Amino acid sequence: MSQRIARPVGLKFTNIEKRFGKLYALRRLDMEIGPGECVALTGRNGSGKTTLLRVGSRLTRPTRGEVAFPGLKESEAPAIGYVSHAVMLYDELTAQENLLLFARLLGIPEPINRIQSLLNGTNLASRAASLVRTFSRGMKQRLAIARALLQEPGLLLLDEPGTGLDTESTVWLVNTVRCLRDEGRTIVMCVHGESALSQLATRAARLDAGTLIADTRAGATFQNIFAAVEA
Amino acid sequence: MRLFSNTAVLLQKELQAEFRSHELLTTASVFILIVIVLFSFTFDPTSAESRKFGPGLLWLAFLFSASLMLQPCFLKERTNDTLSALRLVVNDPFAIFLAKLCANTIFLLVTELLLLFVFAVFYNVGVIAVFPQLALVFFLGSMGVATTGTALSAISSQARMREVLLPLLLLPLLVPVLIPSTEATKALLEKEPVLRWDWLGILIAFDVVFLTALWLFGEYLLEE
Repeated sequence: MSQRIARPVGLKFTNIEKRFGKLYALRRLDMEIGPGECVALTGRNGSGKTTLLRVGSRLTRPTRGEVAFPGLKESEAPAIGYVSHAVMLYDELTAQENLLLFARLLGIPEPINRIQSLLNGTNLASRAASLVRTFSRGMKQRLAIARALLQEPGLLLLDEPGTGLDTESTVWLVNTVRCLRDEGRTIVMCVHGESALSQLATRAARLDAGTLIADTRAGATFQNIFAAVEA
Repeated sequence: MRLFSNTAVLLQKELQAEFRSHELLTTASVFILIVIVLFSFTFDPTSAESRKFGPGLLWLAFLFSASLMLQPCFLKERTNDTLSALRLVVNDPFAIFLAKLCANTIFLLVTELLLLFVFAVFYNVGVIAVFPQLALVFFLGSMGVATTGTALSAISSQARMREVLLPLLLLPLLVPVLIPSTEATKALLEKEPVLRWDWLGILIAFDVVFLTALWLFGEYLLEE
């Protein structure tokens, strides 16, 4: 799907706290993700996974603490690909128009070629001229991933990217994430329990009530993190 | 320069989406049409009465239709969280506001100018001779409404009771637009029309102040 390999960017959370009124979504969280790592972030509903990703993408400003991007100069803006629960696409535009809009906003040179390549990679080329509102959930999710990859991001934040996908689309997603990981991109993905997607991770972390309670690289304890969530 | 290129891209998207669905233009036009026709039948005004009360009625109809039109401005960006997608790719969030307020001004102006002729027919008021001057007043008034409305739409879209909140916040804030717009329109519909620059000056000042405030503080309105 992608020919160019992005410059991997790390992600460092220092003493992050996020409150919504009196509710703590994240509590004094410290975590450093190195460039090129593939992290599976797990935890029960409401444990703070989505908030952490939104803080990492700079969409949500933390109440306290700092987010840094190791591997980038301070003046440089990180290229972040973000896939959330919502597809972040305009229903009233076609697949091609959606990608063209974001490509033009990003100032991507030769956007049509890039879009064609992404639509081919997501098996959506035949539906390029269809309105997104006519797409199934799986097709929307594939297009959302194509949107996130437009600028060849060095850092990918995927919030439960497998939600609502059928078996065929899940296989496509797993292959795509594997490919992106092997290209050296930094990936942080929220997952629920152990799955084909979580097995791609080189590191697993678990959140509980906004606190990081487990963080391990592939090894004996790796599977236990997912097992604890499923229990 | 990036601000203006991003604004142009986003404005094109707004226009493309609206001219495909016609949702806002149709709603606002129908609302204004109903108000004009109902008041005409209810009061059956003479030409002199129309010149006296017509501008006020016209601008009230514009304001209420604007509150309908501005409601979905940011609300529709929340449906699929497209606002987050825009914030991720746009360097200056003011581009998002600028595109939306330009689109809203265009939609309001198009609706107002179209309905002006319906008003002229039902209320027996000549508008052809002063059309360019009226267009200028409508443009400045619409820009004031759109600037304030776009900012408040961003605030209200995050709130509970958002359907009620926007008109509640918008209508009192727009009194400084309503009065000069009505007075300037009234002066143009007199038997001897005059372009009142004093009222236009107030409109221009209002537009500049709110546009500057949006440029300075708009970023915070988009935050979660």
